[in-house]
Amino acid sequence: MTILVILVPLALALGALGLVAFMWSLRSGQYDDLEGAAVRVLSDDDISGRGSPR
Amino acid sequence: MALNVDLSTYVRYHDDGTAHLELAVDGVDCAACIGDIENALGRLPGLARARLNYTTHRLTVEWSKGAFDPAGVIERLSCIGYRAYPFAIDDSEDIDARQARWLLRCLAVAGFAATNVMLLSISVWAGNASDITPETRDFFHWLSALIVLPAAAFAGQPFFRSAGRALRLRSVNMDVPISLGIVLALTMSVIETVRHAEHAYFDSAVMLMFFLLLGRYCDLAMRRKTRAFASNLAAFRAPVAMRLDVAGNATMVTATALAAGDVILVRPGERAPADGIVILGHSEIDDSLITGETMRRSVDPGGEIHAGSMNFDGALRVRVCAVAGSTLLDGIERLVELAINQKARYQRLADRAARLYAPIVHVTALMTAAGWLLSGASLHDSIVTAIAVLIITCPCALALAIPAVQVVAAGALFRSGVLLNSADAIERLAEVDTIVFDKTGTLTMPEPSIANISMIDPSTRLLAARLALASHHPLARAIAAATPGSTVADGAQETPGQGVRAEINGVEARLGSADFCALADDFGRVRGEDPEVSLMGFRHGEVTAIFEVRQALRADASVVIDAARALGFSIWILSGDRPDAVEHCARVLGVAQWRGAMKPAGKIAFLEELKIAGHKAVMVGDGLNDAPALAAAYASISPITGSQIAQAAADTVFLGDSLAPTFEALTISRRARAIMWQNLWLAGIYNCIAVPLAITGHVTPLIAAAAMSGSSILVTANALRARSLHSLRKASA
Repeated sequence: MTILVILVPLALALGALGLVAFMWSLRSGQYDDLEGAAVRVLSDDDISGRGSPR
Repeated sequence: MALNVDLSTYVRYHDDGTAHLELAVDGVDCAACIGDIENALGRLPGLARARLNYTTHRLTVEWSKGAFDPAGVIERLSCIGYRAYPFAIDDSEDIDARQARWLLRCLAVAGFAATNVMLLSISVWAGNASDITPETRDFFHWLSALIVLPAAAFAGQPFFRSAGRALRLRSVNMDVPISLGIVLALTMSVIETVRHAEHAYFDSAVMLMFFLLLGRYCDLAMRRKTRAFASNLAAFRAPVAMRLDVAGNATMVTATALAAGDVILVRPGERAPADGIVILGHSEIDDSLITGETMRRSVDPGGEIHAGSMNFDGALRVRVCAVAGSTLLDGIERLVELAINQKARYQRLADRAARLYAPIVHVTALMTAAGWLLSGASLHDSIVTAIAVLIITCPCALALAIPAVQVVAAGALFRSGVLLNSADAIERLAEVDTIVFDKTGTLTMPEPSIANISMIDPSTRLLAARLALASHHPLARAIAAATPGSTVADGAQETPGQGVRAEINGVEARLGSADFCALADDFGRVRGEDPEVSLMGFRHGEVTAIFEVRQALRADASVVIDAARALGFSIWILSGDRPDAVEHCARVLGVAQWRGAMKPAGKIAFLEELKIAGHKAVMVGDGLNDAPALAAAYASISPITGSQIAQAAADTVFLGDSLAPTFEALTISRRARAIMWQNLWLAGIYNCIAVPLAITGHVTPLIAAAAMSGSSILVTANALRARSLHSLRKASA
């Protein structure tokens, strides 16, 4: 059972990594415009070269 | 004429030398709009950044200070078919945004802790039933403590702070028992872990926080959505003024940017953007938004004009000032203030439940401890059992019972076009038994429309509409609106105060006053039958017509009133208009109870009478003169077309030309309140089953977890039933 001493903290560390990623995405404003994010992914202004991807 | 637009009051400068402007954009309805708008603005020289928020329909533009005129953005957008309105984010919206981000962060931490601790707890429960070694169990308990203690310290802050605030005010809210339960559960769990005991309640404490934070976040998110929508609408409808400088050049500014002493131009067909004194010009104005009076009055230089008055005939130059000595406006503001001060603060259902609940639970826990001690149990066992009582009754279901319904009902109201101004409006609307309608602008449409449309030959109507399109006169606009799709007549010329003329098919056509169209005799005849109606004549050679224009009833007014009466509401009409006009309206709608020529103070006195007679009334009104009554009534609703003071005083605002939202606001609220009560009963029944188990010491952490999540899911699922809309169509079917 000593393997638990490694595995459980490892699992927790992975979970914490997810939490940190969420906090980062929240801080960088990725949840400010959820509906916009859903449709912006469909625009291909980076391919046509016209317009300005901002 | 190229117009100067002054946006300086809306631009915000940051320290790094960039300037920012927020615009609310009207007409964003598909995903392609994002690309359209951002690409079009991307080509504007000098603009550093433009980004559209598709959720809130707001555009943020950014440029380096001095290098760009933001009016170009509005112009560019109007070229591609979007109307943009400058927008100042108010403080409350900013605070809510920060609050939402904070709650989401707490929610994330609680969620992380809850999932990981549950993993450990389930292992312990399974192990307790089979062959877990005490060392492994202690290891898992310590790990749980390591996760939960910091997580609770962070994610519990919303509860601890609110409980602290309530206690400082020497009152109790739902957060007091919640905080107490969390703290006690954690303390006991740590002590039990130190003692190598079998049971710890880390999972219950953190799961409770997760569920409650979820409810709170949804509540706030719904409120923010409504508020963002409402403030966009306010920006779309913000009155715009033409400010004149000394040389007489016009600059377009929003009314909020006007200062006393500014001179503004009010053209025919426009509403006055501010209070002031007329210094030049002569016109007839319609004060119905202010007094409810539909008869127009004429103004001359020196006359007073109020924000919201519709200018009919001539262009007016107005010097802006707080119309001092205007007994009307001062009186109304004083009455609104008085009404707000006198109104008893409504005690919300959730607070009442908390006030009843907290002492009962805490006394039960104390008595449990005392009972076990007396019957010979050890001090430790007695306290553990008492804390188990606190944990199991920890008001997860009770605390979710009302906010969950609130969220769902606010969503249903939003979909039927009703925006909530105050959070407790749903509960108050649900208790109402009397509806008091204002007439002008509430039961009737805010803008006039043609009453005798079926009597006029369609081809004549089309010709008249082509002329009407060339005019700003409100009556002409009504004629144009009645015949959509017509095009403006070539070479149409407007004579201010008289009418419009143009040559159509080689014959001169005229639309306007009696003299202008040489129809004085016919006008006299129609006026003789109905002195209130506004008339507009039309002549095209020998073809003549008279348009009768009046403020028509909202199309579904009588359906709504019948449906409301069928549900047992008592209906009143209170209007500031002349009694004979009110009587006519009341007769058409079949309302027996009405009063006309009511002054604002009279309306309040009337509501007071209703209150003394034991009725709870909802006031539905739009005018400035209704504002005190809206503030004084038990609950209040105002149409979005109403005056700003009325909207600020009302609990809810409804959108659109239909009156149905007012009825739906009442039915949805009643249903929501019924479900709130059901949820309180469900939570009560749950406690009746769980508490005896806890008192007798049969509650293990496993039972606590199952019971708490089960009851929370039950009340949330029940709350979802508030979605189904008791619509008018169903009621009348």
